Amino acid sequence: MLSYTVRRLGYMIVNLTLISIVCFYIINLPPGSFIETYSTQLDAAGSPASQAQLDYLTARYGLDQPLYVQYWNWIVPLVTQGDFGYSFEWQQPVWTLLADRLWLTIIFSIVSMVFVYAVSIPVALYSATHQYSFGDYSVNLLGVIGLAVPNFLLALLLLVGSAKFFGVTPTGLYSPQYMNAPWSWDKFVDLLIHLPVPVVVVGLAGTAATIRILRSQLLDEFQKQYVITARAKGVPERRLLMKYPFRVALNPIISTAGHLLPEIVSGSTIVAIVLGLPTIGPLLLRSIIAQDTYVAASSLMMLGVLTVVGVVMSDILLTILDPRVRMNRTN
Amino acid sequence: MSTSVIQPTDSIESTTAPLLEIKNLRVVLPILEGDLVAADGVNIQIKPGKTLGLVGESGCGKTMTAQSILQIAPKIAKTSGQILLHYADRPPTDIVALGKNDPELLRIRGGECAMIFQEPMTSFSPVHTIGNQLIEAILLHRTSDKKEAREIAIAMLDKVGIPAPAETLKKYPHHLSGGMRQRAMIAMALSSRPRLLIADEPTTALDVTVQAQVLRLMRDLQRDLGMAILYISHDLGVIARMADEVAVMYMGSIVEHAPVRELFRSVKHPYTKGLMGSAPRIGKKSGEPLATIMGNVPIPINKPTACGFFPRCPVGIAGICDQVVPPLVEVAPGHKSACFRYPQVLAAAGLESGTTNE
Ligand SMILES: Nc1ncnc2c1ncn2[C@@H]1O[C@H](COP(=O)(O)OP(=O)(O)O)[C@@H](O)[C@H]1O
Ligand SMILES: [Mg+2]
Repeated sequence: MLSYTVRRLGYMIVNLTLISIVCFYIINLPPGSFIETYSTQLDAAGSPASQAQLDYLTARYGLDQPLYVQYWNWIVPLVTQGDFGYSFEWQQPVWTLLADRLWLTIIFSIVSMVFVYAVSIPVALYSATHQYSFGDYSVNLLGVIGLAVPNFLLALLLLVGSAKFFGVTPTGLYSPQYMNAPWSWDKFVDLLIHLPVPVVVVGLAGTAATIRILRSQLLDEFQKQYVITARAKGVPERRLLMKYPFRVALNPIISTAGHLLPEIVSGSTIVAIVLGLPTIGPLLLRSIIAQDTYVAASSLMMLGVLTVVGVVMSDILLTILDPRVRMNRTN
Repeated sequence: MSTSVIQPTDSIESTTAPLLEIKNLRVVLPILEGDLVAADGVNIQIKPGKTLGLVGESGCGKTMTAQSILQIAPKIAKTSGQILLHYADRPPTDIVALGKNDPELLRIRGGECAMIFQEPMTSFSPVHTIGNQLIEAILLHRTSDKKEAREIAIAMLDKVGIPAPAETLKKYPHHLSGGMRQRAMIAMALSSRPRLLIADEPTTALDVTVQAQVLRLMRDLQRDLGMAILYISHDLGVIARMADEVAVMYMGSIVEHAPVRELFRSVKHPYTKGLMGSAPRIGKKSGEPLATIMGNVPIPINKPTACGFFPRCPVGIAGICDQVVPPLVEVAPGHKSACFRYPQVLAAAGLESGTTNE
């Protein structure tokens, strides 16, 4: 078990290295660079920069060097000093831009995941044990709607609806007075108050999908011989449900939990823009448009880390929970 | 029925009170294509300490009949009739009439009547240890003391011939071979000292040598513990080794019923004859093709009111067998058949034997 965990963590490092290279490469794929975008902007604003000025900036940011050198200049301080580089556009260290957003992204994602499971597990249990009942059909219908409605549309609907009926627009994750305030209990409470709407918007599709998967998984398990065996030996129905089919049906849910995390993170980008959430998504989008290389690469890297960590966590968890998986993996 | 001619040794209705009595059991599965009648008026009795073999081609309704005894047939199944579990000191319980959360039903399941299944690969939960699942059964029916339950579990595993029983408790099903798993299954079923063990093709999925070991084990355990067995198989050879009495099932109905020796001495139903012809036998020249019963087992949806075997029967009588359902009646002492070839069957259906012109 320990050796498996160590091995898994080793793979994770290899994975992250590859991700960082690919990220950096992709970010630099579009023609031009930040300097060109910047000069175009200055041109448009009517105050073109001189060539000397642009050359100076290019040299200062190392944009005249080959890509692998630029990568090296980015990754080495990142790994050795936790220095994510400097934002051309914001004229700030990337980490300053990223830190708050990263924590919010993590909190937001975890809360969304908790929401997804807290809703989908009981609903799926009900639905599967009441197959073909009115409740089951309703759940299925709502599930289809939940999957089909794009979440940004839902976000817009909620915005319009609450503006119309309550006179407030539930955007952002804080009230204005806490926007730049240091962390405090009140700010935290304020955050909690603002969370539900975006969490529901972002979590809805995941909830609907998880209900579908878990329901069909449960229905599958109900047919299995070991469930009949347990029933035949006199295990009461409720205990039987939780101990056997539910326990087994949970495995694929656990193994996909790691994938839900990045899905929430990336899927929430558009919602985050619509709802004005200060998470990583909007920052990433903005930095890619501006070709703000280090911000974009670092944001992508952060999302990559969240993904990989999520997958590794669910793999290890599954290994602990499922003896069959454990046997295959630890031998 | 004239009981006077029945010899006590060979009789089906002997004086011993039955342990379990299935009366007119009908199991209907309403599926998309129509009503599938998996059991159609089954009447059987199981006597204490004896083995009743239930035999028939796959799909004839053996499993549905057996599962009805514990009310574990698929949810969609509609069961009617009576399944009476008899007690020495109190009136019988009709299992069909019990609600699905009735404590009496939970007590009977695994307690009075335990069951073992065909698939040793899938009969245990893959994510719980053998010990967990075995001890669970013991805690449900034998004792509430965990330590004692563990001791009973070890003793049971030892009894069914599993080496290193204490270590086996900690193992997962996938660590055990098919034969060992089936032994563990038997240990779990017998841990509550049931009065009836239902064995639904317990050796079908095992290879021949292991099959022989498990069969011997079950016979030995029956001698030691004295439980009755409902032994289900599609294989008459296995039934011959295990059963005291045999009920032959076809399309949801019992078509022949006799003590085992009597059955093999003189078969009284063409379907049983067909089954015997299709069983591989030692001494048969290799390469000689097995006789098979013509055609396939029909799916019992919208069954005609006729003998279900008529379309495949080599000796069927047109005008009778395809018109009337043959009742199961005694055609020789202790030997019941549902074939119109026997005048008693014709008489029981209200037909004259004179009409049987070939
Ligand atoms: N879950 C089910 N749904 C629909 N039909 C079923 C189901 N289980 C069994 N059947 C049908 O019921 C009939 C009897 O099946 P079964 O009792 O399993 O036969 P056997 O055990 O003798 O092989 C068969 O025609 C089979 O196709
Ligand atoms: Mg069967």
